Amino acid sequence: MTEVVTEIGGPDVATSGPPARARQVLRTLRSDRPAMAGLVVTVLLILAAVFAPLLAALEGQDTTTFHTQLLDSARGGVPHGALGGVSADHWLGVEPTTGRDLFARALYGARISFTVAFGTLVVQLLLGVAIGLAAGFGGRVADATLGRLIDLSISFPQLMFAIALLAIVPQSFPRPVLLMLVIGLFNWGGTARLTRGQVLSLKTRDYVAAARLSGATPARIARREILPGALPQVLTYAAILLPGNMVSEAGLSFLGVGVHPPTSSWGQMLSTATTWFRADPMYVLVPGLSLLTAVLAFTLLADGIRAALDPKASLRGRR
Amino acid sequence: MTLYLLRRLGSLLVLLVVMTAVVYGIFYAIPADPAVLVCGKGCDGAQLAVVHHKLGLDQPVTTQYWHFLEGLVVGRDYSSGPDVTHCAAPCLGYSFQTDLPVLSLIAQRLPVSLSLTAGAVVLWTITGVSLGLVSALREKRLTDRLITVFVLGGLGTPVFVSGLLLLMVFCGWLQWLDFPVYVPLTEDPVAWAQNLILPWLTLTILQSAIFTRLTRTGMLETLSEDHIRTFRAYGLPERRVVGRHALRGALTPLISINAVEFGVVLVNAMLTETLFGLPGIGQLIVQSSNNVDLPVVAGLTLTAGLAVVLANTVADLLYAAVDRRVVLA
Amino acid sequence: MTGEGSGGVVLSVRDLTVEFGSGDGVLRAVDGVSFDLAAGSALGVVGESGSGKSTTALALLGLHRRTGARVTGRILLGGDGPEGVDVNALDDEAVRGVRGRRIAMIFQDPMSALDPYYRIGDQIAEVYRAHSGAGRKAAWARAVEVLDRVGIPDAARRARARPHEFSGGMRQRALIAMALACEPEILVADEPTSALDVTVQAQILDLLDGLRADTGMALLLVTHDLGVVSRSADEVLVMHRGRAVERGPVHEVLRAPAQPYTRSLLEAVPRLDAPRAARREPGEPLLTVTDLTREFRRPGRGLRRDAARAVDGVSLDVRRGETLGVVGESGSGKTTLVRMMVGLLAPTSGRIVFDGREITGLPEKRLRPIRRDLQMVFQDPMSSLNPRHTVGDSIADPLRVRGVPDGEARRTARELMERVGLDPARHDRYPHEFSGGQRQRMGIARALSLRPTLLVCDEPVSALDVSTQAQILELLRDVQEDYGLTIVFVSHDLAVIRQVSDRVAVLRGGELVELADVDELYESPRHEYTRTLLAAVPVLA
Repeated sequence: MTEVVTEIGGPDVATSGPPARARQVLRTLRSDRPAMAGLVVTVLLILAAVFAPLLAALEGQDTTTFHTQLLDSARGGVPHGALGGVSADHWLGVEPTTGRDLFARALYGARISFTVAFGTLVVQLLLGVAIGLAAGFGGRVADATLGRLIDLSISFPQLMFAIALLAIVPQSFPRPVLLMLVIGLFNWGGTARLTRGQVLSLKTRDYVAAARLSGATPARIARREILPGALPQVLTYAAILLPGNMVSEAGLSFLGVGVHPPTSSWGQMLSTATTWFRADPMYVLVPGLSLLTAVLAFTLLADGIRAALDPKASLRGRR
Repeated sequence: MTLYLLRRLGSLLVLLVVMTAVVYGIFYAIPADPAVLVCGKGCDGAQLAVVHHKLGLDQPVTTQYWHFLEGLVVGRDYSSGPDVTHCAAPCLGYSFQTDLPVLSLIAQRLPVSLSLTAGAVVLWTITGVSLGLVSALREKRLTDRLITVFVLGGLGTPVFVSGLLLLMVFCGWLQWLDFPVYVPLTEDPVAWAQNLILPWLTLTILQSAIFTRLTRTGMLETLSEDHIRTFRAYGLPERRVVGRHALRGALTPLISINAVEFGVVLVNAMLTETLFGLPGIGQLIVQSSNNVDLPVVAGLTLTAGLAVVLANTVADLLYAAVDRRVVLA
Repeated sequence: MTGEGSGGVVLSVRDLTVEFGSGDGVLRAVDGVSFDLAAGSALGVVGESGSGKSTTALALLGLHRRTGARVTGRILLGGDGPEGVDVNALDDEAVRGVRGRRIAMIFQDPMSALDPYYRIGDQIAEVYRAHSGAGRKAAWARAVEVLDRVGIPDAARRARARPHEFSGGMRQRALIAMALACEPEILVADEPTSALDVTVQAQILDLLDGLRADTGMALLLVTHDLGVVSRSADEVLVMHRGRAVERGPVHEVLRAPAQPYTRSLLEAVPRLDAPRAARREPGEPLLTVTDLTREFRRPGRGLRRDAARAVDGVSLDVRRGETLGVVGESGSGKTTLVRMMVGLLAPTSGRIVFDGREITGLPEKRLRPIRRDLQMVFQDPMSSLNPRHTVGDSIADPLRVRGVPDGEARRTARELMERVGLDPARHDRYPHEFSGGQRQRMGIARALSLRPTLLVCDEPVSALDVSTQAQILELLRDVQEDYGLTIVFVSHDLAVIRQVSDRVAVLRGGELVELADVDELYESPRHEYTRTLLAAVPVLA
């Protein structure tokens, strides 16, 4: 008959139990070809980043040696030969004006990119989940205050602060760690909002009321009834933050406040490439396409996971 | 309504005080000394002390901040030797680097940033909404899939990559356009637009991807709502069902999205300006941050905060006008 | 208006079949259904959830098109006359021309059936113009006219309102007005009153009866409620699993059903006139509520915060061993009241004394020992069980909270499952693997695990089909005997309340209107509002 089953609350709180749910999610994910492609590329890229020294050694190059003999000084230091000096020695050619090996520099760029992206994620999750939980569990005043703070942090162009902060912190502070802290510090709003929403929605469930009636303490209710429902959603969402973090790192390095030379980073390479796009397109394409591939692969994978859990939330919007 | 505006004004004031205090706090906590940058490398201690005094850096940070707030509300006097310059309210002070009033620095840069974003907003709203609409109406068909590829590509491409690729193709390879140089609209509208084509496109690719996705989801969601079924059951022509009832429901939420996305837009505009060397606010932020130019950074923060709140307020008012169920309070 | 004289067939459906899905997953939602509908007559289509009654209704307007469903059979509109068409054979454009003009439909949830952005008059006028080609002015005038006809007071002004300014009943009227605009031959009403309060339901059904008599429009009334069919239909078609089980004049079928399914359905329906078990003699008060009030802040943050009183100065007692029925329409405060009784919600003012101890204002720590005596069964079987816990865990958890060793808690949980009619072997399954009725049994088992004194049931059967509803009510009666429970039973359904209660409290707008022994209340209600409520209930006969 008219089953008046009212769906209360959050974007998606699974209505089925864990084992069947997990199996179903895995099955959906496995049949999702774009997501699988994303997974393969992601794994390859991470392997390449981890084994960067090995791969560079295989090529026989490093990131810092100048190869000025390969440059055409008459044309302002553009590499000799086609495609920015691609050769058996230099698989992706060399950098203009310095002649440093691009393959090696791109590989080490991946290391920075991924390290910062994952490190930032940890900061974001710690901050976002903590603030979200505080807002969700903390009662009306805490929720109102923190809720405002969350809204503000989402709509505010925090990168402005990030630039100011990055510009004035002394060079002695390890740059990648600083980047993780700064990007994380200014980008936790989404995680916090989701955590808060999940907690608030789950709190209204009748099974939470039933747990209260059974005499369970608030701590037990949070641990046993609410967190197991909220955290999977938050963690899934976190995956989609990774590509965003990579873009943030590249953007800050592009603006000249990210990692400092001689450490190589995709954003920084792109920043110098700005003046070479006519004379040496290869110098734009190597870091540009590396970043693009990585961001796309991570996005496809993360979105696939999300689509498997909640099709409506997917970027591709499969319903 | 009045209550709503008062509340907004109140939160704006709190926000601005907090933000500028944070800026002062950050700069105070950091060991970098702007005086060193101003004075140059060969400065000795005495010269530095003079510069310190001139910039007001010899005062405690709270006093500096208090003067800053005072300048905002009632204006303040600057004494450099015998002359006293009065800086009328709202006074944002003078740049450490260039000695120019911060307000005029910002005012000078603002038209560039506005030209960039205003043009791009129009472009990406039109592109995003129409692509999203087509995508939703052709759900799961080839067109929809192609648009989805565009969305994924657009979302995954940072502006400094798409901008560089555009430069490569249109300036380097095809040679259709020159490297953009900013020409004020008042000077030569044609040159203004011509030079801004690439920056506009760069911003549009990313932002229209966001809008396409939102329109598509909004449209599909609205199309599955009960009142759409009602109008179909009453034999309203499909184009009226879609064009009048579904579209309205799908587009209304976009009003507030533009405001929420405002921060993202500012950041991307900043990157675009830097890439194309446009002398806008974004460039100023990067320069002044690198130079530890406290008054300029504080002034810019203030401006950005003001813009964010303004954008959100306008969005709220618009939303309430479009959707009568919304009560502003 | 119908051209044919009253009694001419305006709709004849032959072998209607609707299938969803493909390959192995084909679901035949409607299976070879045939019926006729005469002008001015009303056919009630009844069945439980999944019987295919709504799917049938949607098929009549061709609303399954482009959804991937396969519809076969004939849907002859206008009978065999010259204007007769087969809806199922028309092209999309022709179907569009038929919808609203010759056959119109109203839906269950009037809250969402209208576009929130446009004025109600405009929406009606738009439909009218689409079919009549009338000008703006004429269409607006028509909209006002039909709104007036369906009993919207001050229609000329109210036509300018937007849907959110209308109550649920008013919106359903507006939707009926939209249906009337083009004077269709047939009105299909899909559960038109299921989302409405019983008094509003009575008004809407009266309206539909009146319109039918005035205009000669035929009515196809789809509903789960046999009382509604009995009240407003001439003929009835009983559906079960996609098939038409039984068909005939409504009073014949309801009085002497030929088919076993119809019979079982009828037996499960709680009636206002059915014989009931003798009333128990109430004991001494177990829980006493004095002048209880609860205010809720209205949403939105104004400087002047105005509060709405959900419960307003209620005083009553619950006596040991009895079942106290709490009945009221939506917004009457019944859920708020009982949530305060079990300590889930703090009252704004007033006192609650349970078993001689005042529990109002007790801090959570001191309340916890008392809580085991106050347990609750909830309405929504989806939200009342944690989807991440196995059934066994859900039932055993309250015991673990009380420090019962794990092994013993599990054993007790399995015993309880058996007691409430669930297979204890399935203790390690998750709630989604069970039906709504089974989940409600789990909810009862969990509430019983602590052996409470007082059990509050908040609309425990409202989300269930009548046959499941009857089983759950029986289970509650049994465990009440076994465990010596005192029950507070909340429902909007007067017939259910009568069946289970010893005494009944009637609430309206947060206030206690009447509290009396069940027989007294139903036979000689003292309060005007109680009389109105009782008169509004459609009676099976």
